[in-house]
Amino acid sequence: MQRQAVPIAARGLRKHYGAVRALDDVDLDVQAGEFLTLLGPSGSGKTTLLMVLAGFIRPDQGSLRFGSDEVIRLAPHKRDIGMVFQNYALFPHMDVAGNIAYPLRLRGVAGNELTARVDKALQTVQLAGYSARRIDELSGGQRQRVALARAIVFEPRIVLMDEPLSALDKQLRERMQIELRHLHEQLGTTTIYVTHDQREALTMSDRIAVIHGGRIQQLDTPRHLYERPRNRFVAEFIGESSLLVVEVAGERCLCDGQTLRLAQAAATGAAVLMLRPERLQVLAHGAALADGLNHLQARVVDLVYQGDSFLLQAQLANGSTINARGIAGTAALAALPQPGETACLAFGIDDTVLLADAAP
Amino acid sequence: MGWLDRAASDTQVTHRQRLWLYALAALVLAFLVIPTLIVIPMSFSGSQYLEFPPREWSLRWYRNYLGSASWMQATATSFAAATLTTLLATPLGTLAAYGLFVSRLRAARAIHALMLMPIIVPVILVAIGVFYAYVKLKLVNSLAGIVLAHSMLATPLVIMIVTAALKSYDMNQEMVARSLGASRARAFVGITLPQIRFGVISAALLAFLTSFDEVILALFIAGGSNSTLTRNMFNALRDQIDPTIAAISTLMIVVTTLLLLLSQRYGNSRRG
Amino acid sequence: MNIELHAGGLRRDERRERLVLLGLSAPALLLVGVTMIAPVAWLFGLSFLSDTGEWSLEHYRRMIEQPSYGRTFVTTFKVSLLTTAICIGAGYPLAYLLSQLPRRAANLCMIAVLLPFWTSLLVRTYAWLVLLQRRGLINDWGMRLGWWDEPLALVHNLTGTLIGMVHIMLPFLVLPLLNAMRAIDADLLKAAANLGASPARAFRSVFLPLSLPGLAAGTLIVFILCLGFYVTPAVLGGGKVIMVSNHIANDIELFFNWGAASALGAVLLVLTMLLLWCATKLLRFEKLFGGAH
Repeated sequence: MQRQAVPIAARGLRKHYGAVRALDDVDLDVQAGEFLTLLGPSGSGKTTLLMVLAGFIRPDQGSLRFGSDEVIRLAPHKRDIGMVFQNYALFPHMDVAGNIAYPLRLRGVAGNELTARVDKALQTVQLAGYSARRIDELSGGQRQRVALARAIVFEPRIVLMDEPLSALDKQLRERMQIELRHLHEQLGTTTIYVTHDQREALTMSDRIAVIHGGRIQQLDTPRHLYERPRNRFVAEFIGESSLLVVEVAGERCLCDGQTLRLAQAAATGAAVLMLRPERLQVLAHGAALADGLNHLQARVVDLVYQGDSFLLQAQLANGSTINARGIAGTAALAALPQPGETACLAFGIDDTVLLADAAP
Repeated sequence: MGWLDRAASDTQVTHRQRLWLYALAALVLAFLVIPTLIVIPMSFSGSQYLEFPPREWSLRWYRNYLGSASWMQATATSFAAATLTTLLATPLGTLAAYGLFVSRLRAARAIHALMLMPIIVPVILVAIGVFYAYVKLKLVNSLAGIVLAHSMLATPLVIMIVTAALKSYDMNQEMVARSLGASRARAFVGITLPQIRFGVISAALLAFLTSFDEVILALFIAGGSNSTLTRNMFNALRDQIDPTIAAISTLMIVVTTLLLLLSQRYGNSRRG
Repeated sequence: MNIELHAGGLRRDERRERLVLLGLSAPALLLVGVTMIAPVAWLFGLSFLSDTGEWSLEHYRRMIEQPSYGRTFVTTFKVSLLTTAICIGAGYPLAYLLSQLPRRAANLCMIAVLLPFWTSLLVRTYAWLVLLQRRGLINDWGMRLGWWDEPLALVHNLTGTLIGMVHIMLPFLVLPLLNAMRAIDADLLKAAANLGASPARAFRSVFLPLSLPGLAAGTLIVFILCLGFYVTPAVLGGGKVIMVSNHIANDIELFFNWGAASALGAVLLVLTMLLLWCATKLLRFEKLFGGAH
């Protein structure tokens, strides 16, 4: 029996610690059943925001609604949320079944129904048959699954996860990311996920809220965040980027004396142009300049072979650096200009992105 | 004796060079241990002057102790006072330690310091102060008075031990429990307490021993029919060396060791 | 539409939660406040009241004038300093060895150090009484082995008191000292050896300075405890070793002189507090310097 997913609406969340603004009047709307990631570096405020959602940190002011219920003044244990922590925080003095049954017991569930629901939760996280195991017998990945099972067994209306995969090694982490994603699709619960790993965020989320300085810098789908970052911070935090100062005039802009076409007209004046390295094509010597593409001439500074790919670092006349990445096929490598030579970098009009805010 | 020339440390000092250190340390350790232990065999000595090794073995001092109404009365009082002190100081101290630990107010640190006062202030001062107050309140020579005063001495120790236990405990678990639907109180009782129980049990044991072994306060406020074992022993020591005390001492050592072992067995978290 | 931001309500919730948490410590605070702080504070005030109930410094004046008080202070400091010194002499080598032993052997020895803690103070003092008396174990064996002819006066005097005090105080010195020694990075000694220092030199220039904060802590604890000690001098001193606490007890038990007792007690309290304050200041200071070398 699936519970109805609830949306979350936060308004004006403020938490100041003296002069430090951990949360700077944050507004947030999470759609029912959505998997939203709070992404940011440490100290950005993402964990504070999560803790406010959970009720462990009381904001100085703000409103928080789960569905139609105002919960900002509710104690954590009354908010009907499931939480998963980075260090799992499993109860060592109970076995696996005991841990998972804990929230059910608190809600008065007992007997056969209790056992049935615990078993079902174990099945969902693919740990069927582990009921009687002790916590110290489990591996890291298994513990994480038990923590998950414990957080969802009582069908909370919201699930919060605080960097649950950071303690796992790379391979396990990537596998768990996909599993978590599937779990979410299966359960459909509104989920808020906190991480500092942008790759993880891009893999798992419906939408991502990039947080910095206690404020949401941009709330968007992974693709939009990647392709249309709003400001410098987002552009640099997600993926690699080369940022160039340009002068805009209508549908064109001037970069280092070279003209580029923009996808849309923009406000006249100075702006910051963002280029993603893998969207830049390094043209071979003397190759014809294709129509419908932007081109930039730059002097090659360094060429780095990285096994499956290569990194080309070039410099414009005005001193700005541009990075280009490409697949290291034999032919491609042979056609690359060498350091000291001029390179012609081609990229699509749609990949010519102006940052909406010049300053983060 | 080949081992004498082997290195004893990373700096290549040999055992031989360290012999003097081993000898000195052995002497000091013997100094620490022997007096306490030697009372035990001496208590079985038959003569009036305790000797070692005893020329004749006898249980007369034990019989003396068990047959004396005043010693038995004192023992009962001591046990009663210690038990009641434990029952009072342990919950009080545990709650205080928890409350101060999770409180984020600055006042918490000041209160914590204040709570440690009984350990810092010389007991004789506390004793005469309490004595005078008890004279006024007619609590002198009453069991209630003894328990209150001993609890005052024991509570700071309980707070210290439980605070240390809380520091090495993962408070996240309480947070998780609360997120899963447990109120703070329920989370504390169901999740935190079982995991700091070794600390709480150690604290309870220390509270018991603090009261049981307490001398100075007892001298002033534990008299008459509520005289404690320690008070009687102290007075006996000042007057003449009654060998019965050797028997009592042995029994006290046995009781303490038993309690220690019990707390180790029941306090330790189960393994595997 | 204006959404309510609950600033006032949230503030009240926060305050209430803090009070509840502090309130958990209220019963304990009440107990300690009523049974200790109030009486001791009253005692402090009493020392400033003359026997007729007026504000006066006569008790303190008497302390300076009467020679018995001076003797008491001299005795107290003598016993405390000697005890502390002997503890350092016996305790430092022991702690050093324990810190160098492998864990299992060290833990075994630790039982010996902690055993006194778990034994009643009275039992230990009594044990020494039995050992040190004229017909006690030590005299018995000493004479049997021909080491001396007349029984030595080892108890009911300063000697007995010192022996008893050292026995009780030694663990208090060894424990913090051992802790500090264990925290010294073994690599530092290896580095010193590497650079050419003999083991003795390495010890003197590296280990010793780094162990000083722990030694200072232990020394202060022992000294402060000695100042206020009662039982051991009373039993093993035989009435001849009168330290401050014995004097206070005598003033009450024998003379019912509350004024004198409270004045002496006030001095002891202030002295103890002063030393503790110095300890906290000194130890933080030492930690800074101890690590810099």
